[in-house]
Amino acid sequence: MLLKYITEAAGVAGDEYEVRDVIREELKDHDLDIKTDILGNLIVSSKEELEGPKIMIAAHMDEIGMMIMSIDNSGLLKFRPVGGIDPKVLVAKTVVVGKEKLPGVIGSKAIHLQRPEERQVPLPMEALYIDIGAKNKEEAEKYVKVGDFAVFDTKYEEFGDGYAKAKAFDDRIGCAVLLEVLKEKYYIPVYGVFTVSEEIGLRGAGVAAYTVAPDIGIALEGTLAHDVTDMDDHLVSSKLRHGPVLTYIDLSVISDKKLVALAAQTAEANDIPYQYRNVMAGGNDSGKINQSRGGVPTIEIAVPTRYVHSPVSVIHLDDFANTVKLVKALIHSIESGGYEIK
Amino acid sequence: MKDLKALIEKIVTAYGPTGSENHVAELITKEIEPYVDSIRIDPLGNLIAVKKAEGPKVMLAAHMDEIGIMVTHIDDKGFLRFAPLGGINPNVLLGTRCVFANGTRGVYGSERLNPGESLTLAKMYIDIGAKDKEDAAQKVKIGDSAGADYPMVDLGDRLVSKAMDDRIACVILIETIKQLKNPKVESHFVFTVQEEVGLRGARTSAYSVDPDYGIAIDVTRTGDTPKGITMDVSLGEGPTVKVRDSSILCHPKMIAFMKEVAEKEEIPYQLEILEAGGTDSGAIHLTRSGVPSGVMSIACRYIHTPSEMIDINDVTNGIKLMTKILESEFPKI
Repeated sequence: MLLKYITEAAGVAGDEYEVRDVIREELKDHDLDIKTDILGNLIVSSKEELEGPKIMIAAHMDEIGMMIMSIDNSGLLKFRPVGGIDPKVLVAKTVVVGKEKLPGVIGSKAIHLQRPEERQVPLPMEALYIDIGAKNKEEAEKYVKVGDFAVFDTKYEEFGDGYAKAKAFDDRIGCAVLLEVLKEKYYIPVYGVFTVSEEIGLRGAGVAAYTVAPDIGIALEGTLAHDVTDMDDHLVSSKLRHGPVLTYIDLSVISDKKLVALAAQTAEANDIPYQYRNVMAGGNDSGKINQSRGGVPTIEIAVPTRYVHSPVSVIHLDDFANTVKLVKALIHSIESGGYEIK
Repeated sequence: MKDLKALIEKIVTAYGPTGSENHVAELITKEIEPYVDSIRIDPLGNLIAVKKAEGPKVMLAAHMDEIGIMVTHIDDKGFLRFAPLGGINPNVLLGTRCVFANGTRGVYGSERLNPGESLTLAKMYIDIGAKDKEDAAQKVKIGDSAGADYPMVDLGDRLVSKAMDDRIACVILIETIKQLKNPKVESHFVFTVQEEVGLRGARTSAYSVDPDYGIAIDVTRTGDTPKGITMDVSLGEGPTVKVRDSSILCHPKMIAFMKEVAEKEEIPYQLEILEAGGTDSGAIHLTRSGVPSGVMSIACRYIHTPSEMIDINDVTNGIKLMTKILESEFPKI
C-alpha cells in the first residue's frame, strides 16, 4: 500500500526523514544508486553509466505543516505555519506532534462562547494552539520541544468510485508517481530526485539540480483541481478523471514548449488522457531546475488534486495510473530521440 | 538617421512576447552575423554572440522579450482566457489589440463589472472573431502567446512603439557590434529571454558566460511628464548611468567608469535612480561568486503600454557610449 505509507508519513519541510525511509524501503529490491545530499534530497539513479540526454525528475517529499514555537503556562502549544496554510482550515483539526507522533487537537472557542462579531470572521493563526492534553507547561515539556513539527493526523482511505483521500497528496502523489517510474529500465540517464523544502521556497530542488546538472527537467506534482463548484470553467485549474495535467506557465517557470508538445503527442500516441492547467498560480521545483546553471528546459506533469494545502486532499486513482504511464512513455520518447538537446 | 529608424522599426515591431523570443533572435542574428566571431542559442533561448579580443570578459545584456499574454483556456464561444507574461495593467490592456505568432489578431475585452468593481485579468478575455471553440482552435492553441499589435509611429526625434522595452536596447547592441573598432575587452553580447518574468534568461546565460564584468541595457522611467513620478531622468538628455534600482546597487567602480567614458567622449548622460523595477544586471551581478555590474538605460515614457516613447538622440548617444565603453580599459576591481 504505497499510497498509504507515503501519505501517512510525516514530513514537514526540514524533517522529511520518514518519507525518505518509505522511499528507500520501496526501492530496496531495485538495483539503483540512492544517495542523500547535504540538504536531505534523495537522489536516485541507475548504477550503470548511460549515454544520452540526462533527465532530472523531481517530486517533493515535504508537506505543509506546523512548527511549535512556544509552550504556554497551561501546557498549550503555540505554533507557526511551515508553508502556505490557510488559517481557516486549521480550526478543530487533529494533529500529531514530533517524532513520537503525540496526538493533539487544534483547539477553538465553542460557538456558544463566541461573541456575535467573532462568529463573523475566521480565527487568525495567532489565536490558535495545539492541545496535547497536558496539565501545565512542565508536563508538556516532557513530551514536546520548541522546534518540533506537527502534521495533520489523516489516514489514507479509498472511497467512492476510485477516489482516494489523504493528507499531503501535494506532493506525495508526485513521489509515488516517481517511485513507479523509477522501477522501469531506461537506456538514458534518469535521475529521480525526491526534494526537500519545496513548500518554503523550492529550496531542495535548486541545489539538487546544480548537483545533477540535467539536460531536461520534469517536476511531478499534485496540482490544484477545483472542479467541484459552479466556478467559471477558465478558473477551475484542472479536473479529476481528466488525466495528467500539463502546465505551460506558473509563477516560477514557463515550460519548454517543445517538451509540452512532446508530452501531449506521447499521451495521444499511447491513448492516455491529458489536460492543460488553465490557471496561472503557484510555483514548483521546475522553476529552480529551469534556472539552474546554464538553464534547463523543463516541464511540469501533475496529478489533479482537490483541496491541496488542507488536512485532507482527494485524487482519482485513474489519474495517478495515467500520470505514471505518461511519464514513463515521455522518457521513452526522449530516449528514442524525440527531443533535441541544445 | 533614416537607416537607424528603419532598424528600430524592424526590431521593435517584431513579435516576441516572453517565452517566444525565437523570431526576434532570428532577426538579430541576420543583422550581426557578419560582425561577430561566434553566435549560439543556449538551452533557454538566449542569443549569445562573441566578439573576441585580448582582455577581460564583459557580458552585455539586452532582453528580447516583450510583455504579453499566454492563452490558458478557450471557451465554447471561442473567447480566449489568458495569463500575463510580465507586469500588465488590466486597465491598459482593455480595448487594445494583440497578435499571435501566426498572425492571428484579437482584441482584449472584459466581462461586465459591477459598480465599483475593479478590472482584473481573470475578468478579461481575447476576442479573435471566432464563431465558436472549434473555429478559435483552428487559429490559436492553449500555450500560444500574443504581444501588442501596433505599428511604430515616427514623431521626429521621438518614436512611439510597443516593445521599446527592451528592443531599443537590442538595437543599441546591434549597432555597437557593427561600430566597435578596437575593443579592449572580449565582448559577449547576450540577447536575453524572459526578463519580464524575473530576469530568467540573464541568470542562466551569466552562469554559462561566466563574465568578469556585466552591463545590462534597458529602458527606464522618466520624471518629465505632467504630475508624473519624481525622477531626475528626461527624454533626450542622454542615456543614463544607473546607480540603483530594485534589483541592483550598481558597482561604484562601474558607475564611475561609465561616467568617465561619457565625460571624456563628451557624450551627454544622466544619472538614474529607479525606485521600482529591475533589469538583467540584477541577475548577472549575483552569478557564481559575484560580477561587478552596471546598467545603461534609455529614458522611456509609458513603459508597459502599447505606446512606449523614446528619443532617438538617446539611442545614438547610447550606441556611442556603449561602443566607447568597450574600447576603454575597464577598472580594476
